[in-house]
Amino acid sequence: MTTEASHGTASQGTAGQERAGQQGACRGGGAPRPEDLYRMMRLIRRFEEHALGLVKSGEIISGIHSCIGQEAVAAGTGAALRRDDIMLANHRAHGQLLAKGSDPGRLLAELAGRTNGVARGRGGSFHPSDFTVGVFGSSGSVGHGAPLATGAAWALARAGGDRVAVSVFGDGAVNQGALLESFNLAALWQVPVVFICENNLYATTLPVGASVAGSITGRAEAFGIPAESVDGMDPELVYAAVARAVARARAGQGPTFLEFRTYRFHGHHTFETTTRLRYRDPAEVAAWQARDPLALQAGRVAGAVRDVIDADVESTLDAAVRFALAGLKPDPADACDYVYASGLRTRPGVAASPAERTVPR
Amino acid sequence: MSKLSYTRALNLALGAEMDRDPAVFVIGEDVRHALTNVTAGMFDRFGPERIMEMPLSEQGFTNFATGAAMAGLRPVVEYQIPFLLMLVFEQIANQANKFSLMSGGQTQVPVTYLLPSAGWRLGWGAQHSDEPYSLFAHYGVKTVVPATPSDAFGLLTSAIRDDDPVVVFAPIGSLTMREDLAPGDLVPVPLGSGRIHREGHDVTVVAIGHLVYDALAVAGQLEDQVSIEVFDPRTLYPFDWDGLAASLAKTGRLVVIDDSNRTCGLAAEILATAAEEMPLLAPPRRITRPDGAILGFAPELDLALQPSRQQLADLVLEVVKSA
Repeated sequence: MTTEASHGTASQGTAGQERAGQQGACRGGGAPRPEDLYRMMRLIRRFEEHALGLVKSGEIISGIHSCIGQEAVAAGTGAALRRDDIMLANHRAHGQLLAKGSDPGRLLAELAGRTNGVARGRGGSFHPSDFTVGVFGSSGSVGHGAPLATGAAWALARAGGDRVAVSVFGDGAVNQGALLESFNLAALWQVPVVFICENNLYATTLPVGASVAGSITGRAEAFGIPAESVDGMDPELVYAAVARAVARARAGQGPTFLEFRTYRFHGHHTFETTTRLRYRDPAEVAAWQARDPLALQAGRVAGAVRDVIDADVESTLDAAVRFALAGLKPDPADACDYVYASGLRTRPGVAASPAERTVPR
Repeated sequence: MSKLSYTRALNLALGAEMDRDPAVFVIGEDVRHALTNVTAGMFDRFGPERIMEMPLSEQGFTNFATGAAMAGLRPVVEYQIPFLLMLVFEQIANQANKFSLMSGGQTQVPVTYLLPSAGWRLGWGAQHSDEPYSLFAHYGVKTVVPATPSDAFGLLTSAIRDDDPVVVFAPIGSLTMREDLAPGDLVPVPLGSGRIHREGHDVTVVAIGHLVYDALAVAGQLEDQVSIEVFDPRTLYPFDWDGLAASLAKTGRLVVIDDSNRTCGLAAEILATAAEEMPLLAPPRRITRPDGAILGFAPELDLALQPSRQQLADLVLEVVKSA
């Protein structure tokens, strides 16, 4: 098996990350300062804007599920977690990875399918994982990350210590049976897991009102799991709620469910820039954009401090883009690397001719 | 040690691995009371955290196992009924088996999925009688079907130690089998290695799972007319193609008996690979369940769809004659 890490780029990351990418990420040691939350939200917003540019320029082939508008949930969550806590994310996870501590350059390289990406270009924008910061994966199977997180959290508890796992999913996931099964398992055994629902009101095009009978928090409450619904546009409220839930989990008091009411400012996926789906009232979009979480948090930080942070974020992301685009594209010959952890090589799609087969006798 | 039963072999392998590695634990339904006998005596021995009773939430607990595996444990998940593996097919094929690649090699998912009741039990009807191993092989999930008690021990041991997801199908038709074994016969069997149960030089019969016993019976019954080599792949994915090629280099003739449905079943892949890559003196043949087989409840309807010894004997003679 070839090791692309030996190309020397995968583990080094972007210069400047220590300032803009990680300060404020995954603190887990007391409430973050307003400027730390602002810094992370600004990083996520500008990261996504750079990523959109790279989608447009063709460097990111898949398109992305932008999390612009939902930065407060990611920043508040990341600030309440430690680096050694585990996260299972979903398809709209760039912000969550950054707030958990992922290096912006390595994440951007992943989106661009480069071997210096967090998952060597094998996960992409849809399935990024970064085990260096505890992000175990982003399952595209909606809602199924919740039982993954529950199993991981159970394993952490069994090992002793006070690590926790969080599962991040959207409102669409709350109608998935396996997610509800995981609520039952987590509550039965008081597993140290925090279920975080980013309710952005739409499962692709389906409004939450047309898809959720009962209530979102009621699903968790039915299993005896404490549940809160919180304004997901305010990172300080998000932080406080996640910190309470994490403290409960660390203390052995079991799972918590948090619904964060938020909104994605862009489409479900960048394909909407061409499909022009009309499932949201422009007035509704405008009303939520007027509650921009980044603007809210900016108002809590002195202008001079903000200017320094903004400049720092720009230079971090400039370096991240350079790092990503300088990364190697994978060698097609390596397409089957990592399929099996054991190193098993699979047969090619075209058989060797009979003459080439050598039979061991 | 003498007359070891198949189920007891699974029980011994599991117990030995749990003794050897504290990361190994069992989850499943009715495992506390060892409904399938695989976990007999283990609840008292290992306690509720390592013999973990699950509610009827197969999709949830299959992913629970994946999460625990990525966090460093080695779960063994037991399912009682073949269709449950179809219920959790997405969780195994699309999630557990893809995290190694999707993470670029950052993680591994060493989960063993154990089905100690694969396939057919007379009169259990349409929904309890499937043999879905070809689905997992098609998707590249490591898949083993031990035919004998010693292979059950050896392959379950290797499955648990493997760093990837592995599905272990224990055919119902094998569960009553016992084997005379000497101490030292119970050893790990590497994944991907077949076994010749009987040597022969006229025709290779590839038999899977409990059908190995039918192949051996037919080989004995026809021994005055034809010399049959009985090849048991033991692992369906990755398949021991070199082992098959070596056998066919000797016999040049191939008949496969496989408890899958005919279309896209494992026998189809074996025939195709042999035809493409190996020297054959006669067109290869197969015995499977019919296309899209759904077993009726009445024994007459059920048996009518099972691969039979008569079908095997007929095809073996035909293949030998046609060369």
